[in-house]
Amino acid sequence: MIELIRKHAWVLGLAVLLVVLLGVTKLIQPNFGAPGLESLARSALPFAFATAAMAVVVIVGGIDLSVASMMAVCAVTAAVLMERMAGVPALLIVLCVGLAMGLVNGALIVITRVPDIVVTLAMLFVWEGVALLILTSPGGATASWLRAATRGDFLIDGLPKALVIMGLCIAIVWLPIRRSKLGLSIYATGSDALAAFRSGVAVDRTRIIAYGICGLFSAMGGLSLAALTGIGEPVPGPYLMASVAAVVLGGVVLGGGKGGLLGPIIAVFILRIIRTILTVMAVDPNVTTIVEGTIMVGVVMLGTAVTLRGVRR
Amino acid sequence: MSMADDTGTDSALVRFGRLLRDNPIIPLIAFLLLLIVVLEVMRPGIVMPIRAGRDGLISTFWLGNLIKFAIPLAMLAACQVLTMLTAGIDLSVGVVATVSAFVCATLSSTLGVPEAVLVSLACGLSVGLVNGFGVGIVRVHPLIMTLGTGLIATGCLQVYQRFTINSGTLIPGFLEWLGTGRTMGMPNGLYLFIPFAAFILWLMRFTGFGRLLFALGSNERAAKLSGVKSWQVLMALYALSGLIAALAGLLYLGMIRAPSLNLANPLLLPSVAAAVIGGTSIFGGRGSFAGAIVGALILRVLDTMLTLMQMPEGARTALFGLIILAVTALYVRITGTR
Repeated sequence: MIELIRKHAWVLGLAVLLVVLLGVTKLIQPNFGAPGLESLARSALPFAFATAAMAVVVIVGGIDLSVASMMAVCAVTAAVLMERMAGVPALLIVLCVGLAMGLVNGALIVITRVPDIVVTLAMLFVWEGVALLILTSPGGATASWLRAATRGDFLIDGLPKALVIMGLCIAIVWLPIRRSKLGLSIYATGSDALAAFRSGVAVDRTRIIAYGICGLFSAMGGLSLAALTGIGEPVPGPYLMASVAAVVLGGVVLGGGKGGLLGPIIAVFILRIIRTILTVMAVDPNVTTIVEGTIMVGVVMLGTAVTLRGVRR
Repeated sequence: MSMADDTGTDSALVRFGRLLRDNPIIPLIAFLLLLIVVLEVMRPGIVMPIRAGRDGLISTFWLGNLIKFAIPLAMLAACQVLTMLTAGIDLSVGVVATVSAFVCATLSSTLGVPEAVLVSLACGLSVGLVNGFGVGIVRVHPLIMTLGTGLIATGCLQVYQRFTINSGTLIPGFLEWLGTGRTMGMPNGLYLFIPFAAFILWLMRFTGFGRLLFALGSNERAAKLSGVKSWQVLMALYALSGLIAALAGLLYLGMIRAPSLNLANPLLLPSVAAAVIGGTSIFGGRGSFAGAIVGALILRVLDTMLTLMQMPEGARTALFGLIILAVTALYVRITGTR
């Protein structure tokens, strides 16, 4: 019970921190309002999907270093397909491609018995290469409705479409899984694979499916990248470090079995809004990178220290 | 007694498997030789010029080139081997090497060469100390800590670069000699690498520090209960790793002779691959630097093969990844270890 409260306290604390940071932004830049929120949500979109993807595999006890590369593959696939065919089938194909890539990752991990981190490191090269094969230089096009879907506000002012899409996509995929036997298996496998196996959980299948979900989220991330830029970019973006930091900050324990997706998503927004604040303060973008990195590392350090103290007590 | 029985009843294959398990470097060297044979079949004469009608049984030019480009990779792989022994990893080595090379090249013209080299090494050392602080004292996961410091160092490098954009670059002569010169067909880099490799091998096998690394990686709790102060060991380990990465960056600068903000970053993932192929367990407690050297050589031969096949960039990258995976999987299958 105390454990439960503490877990929720973490997410709650993150939410409070986010609100405080939003307040700080408003304080520094008084005319920060709906447009600012909208661009914040838009820029956070690919990061949020990358983080969701990473969170699922971290919960199952693995890690996927190839998330950014899979996103690149999906982005170029989307850009190439949408240049030639209707948007909706292309969208579905991209989602299937992402799912397939994730399943391949998971299957390779299970079949070869090589540690997750090594397999996905190798697959990072592979997917990056595949993206370069599909499109050697940035190009292609995305359907105009997909681009429009991420811009502007939804129904009321101050509720960005990007945020709604993000919430819907992640909820549609994750909530049914979380509530089903599969979700239980994922958490069981993450906390103790051997115990889960002995209590009759199909550990291997669970892991493969978790990687599949990771691939699916990566596909969404890739689609959002294509939607934001309007083209396909074959070089993976800086989503690996950002997603790991957000996952840890979001209260998911590296090693598996603990945490959810809500915390990491809030963490993504916290990390993005720090960037917004720095931009608003007219800090040199290069210095911003340093500050952002320092904050990421500092927060992770603090989080780890707090967790350790909690364990000791 | 039972051992004798086992060997008496086991099939030759099982005994062979046990031999390989006890000496993981044997299959690695066999694989390296196999790759070289394949390379020779693909392009007759590249390894053995005598077959193409030229002089020499083994091409010293080819061998020298292979070794030359494997050296920086093997040095960075040393960082990975050492940190992986304690179940860690150092993902900041690529950036550290780049920073050290860039700082050295830009400061040499203004500060003087010895000072520039010292500052470069100090940069590597300080990044390593930050890593050590995060991993050893705050207990952040090494993967995240080193990724994060790598990110910060990249940012610092970009800011630094804007201040030095006008000062021009100078590559110290002795680094150029070390990086590009040859003695009897072999690269001069070996003058740096052979003592370095001997030092690492000695460090891992014959010193208390090396044993502490193995102990921490095999069972951290047991090591702590036996009185090992893990934070001191980790601090020293990551500082050493940063120093090695900076040194590798200096050597690489002499080799490439064109400092850039992205000089050694592409070496990061191959360095992890070299360590893993060389039989170092990412979970700690098991690893060998000799294996990592062979792993670096294997990766370089593979690279040559892919270049020879004139693969498009994408296919090369993808195949590179698949081969790393296949080699690791095969290795795990043969030796039965993780």
